[in-house]
Amino acid sequence: MILGRILGGAMAKSRIGRAEQRNGWLFIAPTLVLLGLFMVYPIVWSLWMSFQTGRGMNHSFGGFTNIIRLTQDPVFLRALTNTGIFLVVQVPIMIVLALLFAAALNNPKLRFRGFFRTAIFLPCVTSLVAYSILFKSMFASDGVINDLAIMLHLMDAPISWLGDPFWARTVIILAITWRWTGYNMIFYLAAMQNIDKSIYEAARIDGVPGWARFRYITLPMLKPVILFTTVISTIGTLQLFDEVNNITTGGPSDSTLTLSLYIYNLTFKFMPSLGYAATVSYVIVILVAVLSFLQFLVAKDRKA
Amino acid sequence: MSRVFAQARSGLVYAGLSLAAFVSIFPFFWMLVGTTNTAPDIIKGKITFGSALFDNITNLFAQVDMVQVFWNSTFLAIVGTVLTLAISSLAGYAFEMFPSKTRERVFAVLLLTLSIPFAAIMVPLFVMMAKLTLINTFTAILLPSIASVFIIFYFRQATKAFPHELRDAAKIDGLKEWQIFLYIYLPVMRSTYAAAIIIVFMANWNNYLWPLIVLQTNENKTLTLVVSSLASSYYPDYGVVMVATVLATLPTIIVFFLLQRRFVEGLTGSVK
Repeated sequence: MILGRILGGAMAKSRIGRAEQRNGWLFIAPTLVLLGLFMVYPIVWSLWMSFQTGRGMNHSFGGFTNIIRLTQDPVFLRALTNTGIFLVVQVPIMIVLALLFAAALNNPKLRFRGFFRTAIFLPCVTSLVAYSILFKSMFASDGVINDLAIMLHLMDAPISWLGDPFWARTVIILAITWRWTGYNMIFYLAAMQNIDKSIYEAARIDGVPGWARFRYITLPMLKPVILFTTVISTIGTLQLFDEVNNITTGGPSDSTLTLSLYIYNLTFKFMPSLGYAATVSYVIVILVAVLSFLQFLVAKDRKA
Repeated sequence: MSRVFAQARSGLVYAGLSLAAFVSIFPFFWMLVGTTNTAPDIIKGKITFGSALFDNITNLFAQVDMVQVFWNSTFLAIVGTVLTLAISSLAGYAFEMFPSKTRERVFAVLLLTLSIPFAAIMVPLFVMMAKLTLINTFTAILLPSIASVFIIFYFRQATKAFPHELRDAAKIDGLKEWQIFLYIYLPVMRSTYAAAIIIVFMANWNNYLWPLIVLQTNENKTLTLVVSSLASSYYPDYGVVMVATVLATLPTIIVFFLLQRRFVEGLTGSVK
């Protein structure tokens, strides 16, 4: 009888276990099917495609032809350099600004806190295309930014923002910073509000000055979030498309051409060379992987 | 001395924040002013309200079938949001509630796909849709986006805070798993859903690259595509463009302000 009860118990338990197993798979089945078809399959196909050469739908196995073509393609190298410049200049500026704003807004005694927070976050609700067009019109050669800057004596003569390679890049960097700083700030603010107040209290009693509290308490506590936002921003910058396509269409003379825009042009603007486009796209995949890995390493190293 | 220093610093903080707020808001002001000005005035940087608003609106509606375009965007954004939330929240819930070693590995693979840029799958995805004769359909827009790893991850994190006793009690009362999800989990997690709605709705409404590739006829274009093509002509009529930009921006602003309180709750809840 005891044996029966034990067996019965075990059976009931395994039935629940099996039901849970079944439900576990059932609930994620739609996700697995969709991601399998529209994410995993294309990425594998893309790898295969990157070794194909030819135009349109006619292609054949080309071995390393595409990779050799990459190293000799000046347009690709320019797109790679431009993307690198955007990454190295824009991401640090934006993250430092977002941290400063978050630190300022985290002070409960600050007046108009809600207003400042909403104002700085507001750019995030615009669509990438819409704000790109606003920036394009504001930076027109006799447009409002030139007017304001001359009026405030910041410069003497109007700048041809979108006609000069250096200034066109500057406009793209300004635009992205405008759009995304508030977004990153919200993550930092949320994380700062989760830090235990008593740590600051203890530091204050020990006479630790404000900047040191920020440097030695806030920053280390925020490290996971900073890492997360850095990785997200890096991925975003490597995929930059909407802004450059709408503000400069990659010009002048390819000075703002990005990798994503180049892939788009290769596939849909020129005679389509899908194999080569896939090769360029794998450059982004590899860059994302390597940079994310490096950022994790740096974060780990700092901890030790 | 330190008092003076503190005051100077707080003055600097207010100055910095005010400048940031001004820079953040100015383009919105510019957009609104632009709707009332003629294209030549906008290009010349006029920042006072003009009298061309009515002309700009009539011109826009004469050039584009705005009702159709607005409906296309709305349909894609709403259907996309509902499907994404249904499928992705179900998965996030299941990964957390029914733990198993195999599913844990599957989840790790899913997280890896987060780092795959869209540009890398866009070319094969396009060829695939062409073979399925889905080019220029809304199905082709929706299918690749409704299983969102980011939203699954977000729901899994949020589910960690869901009280397991609720599920146990419901089970004793004889509720099935799908009933627990629908009648208990969903209402309890409404802040999480609100934040997810904001994120997904905006992403769908503002989606650009994939619709640009897939939607090819005018009657299927979304508002984002129309704004972009109006502004990319050789001599864009910026007055018209500004009206279209306002129409493209308003819905996301409304959704954001309606759900803002829950958004912050949902976000901080998931960070914890």
